[in-house]
Amino acid sequence: MHEYSIVQSLVDRVDAEVKSRGATTVHRLSIRIGELSGVDPELLMTAYETFRDRTVCERAELDLTIVAARWTCERCGRRIEPGSLLKCEICDRPAILAEGDEIILDRIEMEVP
Amino acid sequence: MCDTCGCGDPEIVSVELHDRILSGNERTAAHNREHFAAHGVAAINLMGSPGAGKTAVLEATARRLGGWQRVGALAGDLATEHDADRLRKAGIAARSITTGSACHLDAQMVHHALHHFPWRDLDYLFIENVGNLVCPAVYDLGQDVNVVALSVTEGEDKPLKYPVMFRKADLVLITKVDLLPHLPGIRVDALVDALDRVMPRPRYIGISATTGVGIESWVEWLATYRKKSAAVAASIAP
Repeated sequence: MHEYSIVQSLVDRVDAEVKSRGATTVHRLSIRIGELSGVDPELLMTAYETFRDRTVCERAELDLTIVAARWTCERCGRRIEPGSLLKCEICDRPAILAEGDEIILDRIEMEVP
Repeated sequence: MCDTCGCGDPEIVSVELHDRILSGNERTAAHNREHFAAHGVAAINLMGSPGAGKTAVLEATARRLGGWQRVGALAGDLATEHDADRLRKAGIAARSITTGSACHLDAQMVHHALHHFPWRDLDYLFIENVGNLVCPAVYDLGQDVNVVALSVTEGEDKPLKYPVMFRKADLVLITKVDLLPHLPGIRVDALVDALDRVMPRPRYIGISATTGVGIESWVEWLATYRKKSAAVAASIAP
């Protein structure tokens, strides 16, 4: 259950941003989690709810966007469906993961005096 | 302060970051990687389920490489020194990284262990991760390659159930192949088909630490990466 350590990194990152901008309250965080990132969105939300007490994120809602896995041919860019062989039928080249492994903090909404 | 009407209310600002949440780990991993490259050490992150045979693979590798290659290992373990003890008995320098309740190694744990371990003269540094098919895949340690040990007893659908782990693998060692005659329900072709659906560049070697099957192919595969590491070290040498 590494979601707790992800939340720890998230809170540390927000804390640094709050200090550098002299913010007082954090209202909302927006994060993006890829389907193939290895992070379970539900566990992450649970970890966040458990962990945010008495941190800079205590009053911050967490908006979580899930990004679906998108495999494409590394040469022609043709889409390759997840679950199929990860190779382009036309070019015979391996697929690359164009999207779906993100663990990203997009936005912080915070109150500055 | 709200400047628009002068009401004195605080202002809510939206700060766009688009930052990787694990960027701190990634910085430490990059630092580890620079160290390994500078000293020509090939670092291998060995992952897999508890009981997949990671330690047995390393014991067999140490026996095969011992005497002519310098091999060391860091062994991630929740609570014990057992794996590091086994590896030392097999004749290689080994140190435990006891993680407590953490289900994975991270770059900082590896960096800290390097301060207490003579790794600079090694040809190969194996980092045996905590037994787990989920969490270790998320954390870069600074390794050159990821190797996943998957035993034939775990079932042929494991790659489809744990696609993140297998996507990150540069090589899958299909371990305990000596047991296949006793496992009529396990089809290796189905296991390989599952790997082809989660690994864009599927590479796998069937291996048995008991009989020695596949050890030569594994050692040859390692040697190709060792050469790459040595070439990088030579290119950045002062």
